[in-house]
Amino acid sequence: MNAHGMATKDAPWPTIRFTVNGESRSVRVPPMKRLLDVLREDLHLTGTKEGCGEGECGSCSVRMNGELVNSCLVPVLQAEGADIQTVEGLALEGGLHPLQESFLQNGGAQCGICTPGMLMAAAQLLANSPHPSEVEVREGLAGNLCRCTGFMRIFASVAAAAGASEPDPAKEPVLSSKLEQTHHAR
Amino acid sequence: MRGNAEMHDLVAPGSLGAVLDLLAAEPGQWTPIAGGTELMVAFSAGRLSASKLVSLWGIPDLRTIAMTPQSVVIGAAATFLDLRKHAVINAELPLLARAASWIGSIANQSRATLGGNLVNGSPAADSPPALLAYDAEIETISVRGRRKVPYSEFHTGYKRNVLAADELLYAIHLPRRFARYRQYLRKVGTRRAMAIAKVALGATALVEQGVVREIRLAAASLAPYPTRLKQTEEALVGRPLTRETVLAARRTLLSEVQPIDDIRSTAEYRRRVAVNLLEEFLLELRREGLQP
Repeated sequence: MNAHGMATKDAPWPTIRFTVNGESRSVRVPPMKRLLDVLREDLHLTGTKEGCGEGECGSCSVRMNGELVNSCLVPVLQAEGADIQTVEGLALEGGLHPLQESFLQNGGAQCGICTPGMLMAAAQLLANSPHPSEVEVREGLAGNLCRCTGFMRIFASVAAAAGASEPDPAKEPVLSSKLEQTHHAR
Repeated sequence: MRGNAEMHDLVAPGSLGAVLDLLAAEPGQWTPIAGGTELMVAFSAGRLSASKLVSLWGIPDLRTIAMTPQSVVIGAAATFLDLRKHAVINAELPLLARAASWIGSIANQSRATLGGNLVNGSPAADSPPALLAYDAEIETISVRGRRKVPYSEFHTGYKRNVLAADELLYAIHLPRRFARYRQYLRKVGTRRAMAIAKVALGATALVEQGVVREIRLAAASLAPYPTRLKQTEEALVGRPLTRETVLAARRTLLSEVQPIDDIRSTAEYRRRVAVNLLEEFLLELRREGLQP
């Protein structure tokens, strides 16, 4: 039995290498193990939370190769070679990331379970769209559920952080669709 | 009961050729997995029956969007976010761009693939009504070669399709001739974001002098798999868009569809909404025809 109470089989698991928050890491785990569980159990990065475990709540959101993903739906083998950022990688040397500071100042966090996912979704949004409209903020966070705040303070936190941050010159292509059409039922 | 990762094997051969060789060597033994937004949900819940999975994630030949003068060719593992970001898809295939925006959240759209949506074959899936309305064609691939089938013939039953045990869905071909067609796509769900469709209707039509020359109608959640509504189309082609035609089309649709009661809605609600969506589109067509 290993530390997590699972029987270890004779079959050697593949070595899977990737980068987490700028550091090279490698793990030997079953290839179907969820990235979420590898982050929490094998790498002890417990900032990433599990909510629903089925991709509906966004608590386990991390950034993988510059895209937002639900880490509960990523088999770790598919993270081979990937560049992963978790909430632990947001904080800057010697201080909080502007989003974290803004959530703190604006009451964007209450119980805290959704907060890491909210922060990662917000970071993804601001990477693509440094000055998002209110509709863009709502769409960017639509996959992240909060049961405490009623969302308004979270939206305000993201808007305040966006107002404070500089536009990113290496801006990725933004979604050109008409949001009022596409995000809504028609 | 939670899924146990040790009970499932997952391999990533890394190239399309190697995946096809594996499928040919042990047909039916390997389940392809792309972005995992369906299979990993089943895995987490402990109801993934596949014991051997082969990863399609990161295979460059499958994550493509290419253009010919006649068609847009979308690789099966293009994600819905890839589709939403694509200028030609936004400009020429707006129904598909809109359907892509309905797929879960950004974190789902970054992983969920168009091919996965089709192979999974949910009757409520978001992309099929748009693909059916655009007359999409499916290209499959195996070590035996490639073949094409009209998307309208891809699904053969509830979560069943024409793929052989050694075949992959390779690409989705969309003709570029729909710019002059009237287009329609509407989904009705419990709420605007992150909700699975109770019912959806997609359509393209050509109307000349008030008469329907061509029409394609496609529905989600009105049959065991995504389907064209061919009888309703026949009730409209060649007819003037009069009140009688609209009423006849409503009656035909009601007799053609077979919705069910399930956790998301009732058959009765789906019937009523479906005919109302149809009427909304037909009235739009008629208004357009009345304008000078």
